[in-house]
Amino acid sequence: MKVLKALVVMLVLGMAMAAYGADKPVKVGFVYVSPIGDAGWSYAHDLGRQAVAEMDGVTTSYVEAVAEGPDSERVILNMARKGYDLIFATSFGYMDPMLKVAKQFPKTSFMHCSGFKKADNMGNYFGRMYQARYLSGIVAGAMTKTNTLGYVAAFPIPEVIRGINAFTLGAQSVNPDVTVRVVWTKTWYDPATEKEAAKSLLDVGADVIAQHQDSPGPQEAAQEKGVYSIGYNSDMASFAPKAHLTAPVWNWAPYYAKVVDSVRKDNFKAESVWPGLADGIVDLAPFGPMVPEELQAKVNGVKADIAEGKKKVFAGPIKDQKGTLKLADNTAATDNELLGMTWFVEGVVGTTE
Amino acid sequence: MMLRMRIVKRQEPLGMWGSCLVLISALVLAVMLSGLLLWIGGTSPGGGIAALFQGAFGSRWALEDSVVKAIPIFLCSLGVAVAFRLKVWNIGAEGQFALGAVGATWVALSFPEWPKPLLIPAMIVMAMAGGGLWGFIPALLRQKLRTNEIIVTLMLNYIAILVLDYLVYGAWKDPASFGFPMTRAFSDQAVVGKIGSTNINWGLLHCVVLGAGVWAFFRFTRLGFDLKASGDNVKAAKYAGMPYDYLVMLVMIMSGALAGWAGFLEASATVNRLQPSIMVGYGYTAIVVAWLARLNPLSIGIGSILLAGLRVGVENLQLDLQVPAAFGGILEGLILLTVLAGGLFTHYRIEQRKNP
Repeated sequence: MKVLKALVVMLVLGMAMAAYGADKPVKVGFVYVSPIGDAGWSYAHDLGRQAVAEMDGVTTSYVEAVAEGPDSERVILNMARKGYDLIFATSFGYMDPMLKVAKQFPKTSFMHCSGFKKADNMGNYFGRMYQARYLSGIVAGAMTKTNTLGYVAAFPIPEVIRGINAFTLGAQSVNPDVTVRVVWTKTWYDPATEKEAAKSLLDVGADVIAQHQDSPGPQEAAQEKGVYSIGYNSDMASFAPKAHLTAPVWNWAPYYAKVVDSVRKDNFKAESVWPGLADGIVDLAPFGPMVPEELQAKVNGVKADIAEGKKKVFAGPIKDQKGTLKLADNTAATDNELLGMTWFVEGVVGTTE
Repeated sequence: MMLRMRIVKRQEPLGMWGSCLVLISALVLAVMLSGLLLWIGGTSPGGGIAALFQGAFGSRWALEDSVVKAIPIFLCSLGVAVAFRLKVWNIGAEGQFALGAVGATWVALSFPEWPKPLLIPAMIVMAMAGGGLWGFIPALLRQKLRTNEIIVTLMLNYIAILVLDYLVYGAWKDPASFGFPMTRAFSDQAVVGKIGSTNINWGLLHCVVLGAGVWAFFRFTRLGFDLKASGDNVKAAKYAGMPYDYLVMLVMIMSGALAGWAGFLEASATVNRLQPSIMVGYGYTAIVVAWLARLNPLSIGIGSILLAGLRVGVENLQLDLQVPAAFGGILEGLILLTVLAGGLFTHYRIEQRKNP
């Protein structure tokens, strides 16, 4: 009798739960290229994950510091095997490994950040960070006294090159004499190497340090030398309060919530999306107190223009380092040109190799 | 009464069973210490260790993953062990691995249409040539200029990785990759396939054959005997007329060729192309494994699978219990430390000091 009662109660409860939550429970996995660490790329993605974990019926997990070769394939594969419904892989090098796994698990949804390949169950997404980079370039260009900006950059791939170019164009828009010196570290995350690279830029006279790196190492180098810096990924002001002018930052949470919701409602679509300032996926961190209000207003004005589509960052005439015209007057770069960008604009000191 | 200990040298080194016991105790100690760390970090130590082993060896998939990851570690380790036998300190497996991958890729990209039975051996030959060259250079410098091979091999690693980068970012870059650094995917003929329905590639067989070959070489050939003898006592070997300088050359080339072979397998079987992220430090892991295994090929095999399993298992630990990735490095460090410390007991024992 008791057993029967218990069974009935369980049945009723189960039906009630099914009726209440039309959304099915969803397990979401994240693959990060670096440790979540301090304020970097993976940290920004993890803020998105934490926001998603708050949603009803959603559980999340992650694996950090996953190398971009066979290791990543294994990690993604294991998530799929363990019944994760949706997997976000957040580094370019995860593209081919994820594609291989996606073909083996047609019922799992896959999203790859920063690549270009798709499958029926695998989409890709990225943000137009170059728009926020352009804005940070305006700040750097206006604040420099030596007209030399330093840029600590990870790898000479289109994403990074695009960012350097946008930063340079932003700086040149307020200060035509400015040059941007680039140092490659060949690593996404290595605080000591990043800091050393920043120091080498300070030694050649740079007085604003920008970065496409995942640790606040370059910020600390700038603060120690008493010059300014531009962060990246998330607000890095707490690591270098005297140096940090602003930072182009990621805000993944709203987008991740949207994708998770689509999986929950069984209408996931393998799309390619590239939203920008208008959608808030990229933004500028709050300005430091040393940035004059006039400049802040100017930057906010340009930000509004870009968000409304009135201004394009890559609009001709744009010349490359050799002075060859790459974009003619009154033309804007297409998305494919932006995605495959392998040349520096005039005013950048460094090579793309 | 005081309990006083002293360390005494053993008359005879510890036998095989004794050594095994020491090794197992060392591993258990390392695992217990890691459990303690997990506990301090707020994770259940039992559950954590279980998740680690589950992820490393606990299912067919996990085992396959561990074996696949062990393959390049094994070959690099076998390579450095050959050099270490002669007390030549080749720290350059990383660079030799890179050049091996470069050599194999050159063949794969230049002759993609060749039939598999021709293409794969050609790739292996070029991989061994690439890795062997990177072993030959420090050996030559050591001989002619009396340079220290530790420093030269270490520095050549960076040069090899730059060579790889140069090619992948430049001449070999896939035009369809939107400017991202990777070569075209290899043709099917250039890919070492998987064994049956498993996830393990035929590289495993290469490992078994090469491991047995190296073992037999040291056990049964005159040259192998010369190498062992010279490694044990350089002066005596020279006095006995063994061609020491020639032997150094030979082991460095062999050592490099084996690491190069690993580079070939990694490019062909697991990545199917050349890209910078192929370099994940197997060449350095190999040195750790070679030492843990005391340079014995069979032990190197076990050590490779153990260390590979550890790295695979730590991912499971992260996924299930969200333990930070750095825990893997700590665990590896603990194992190396306890095993090397345990090595003390092979030649020494601790006894209670008797009162006079």
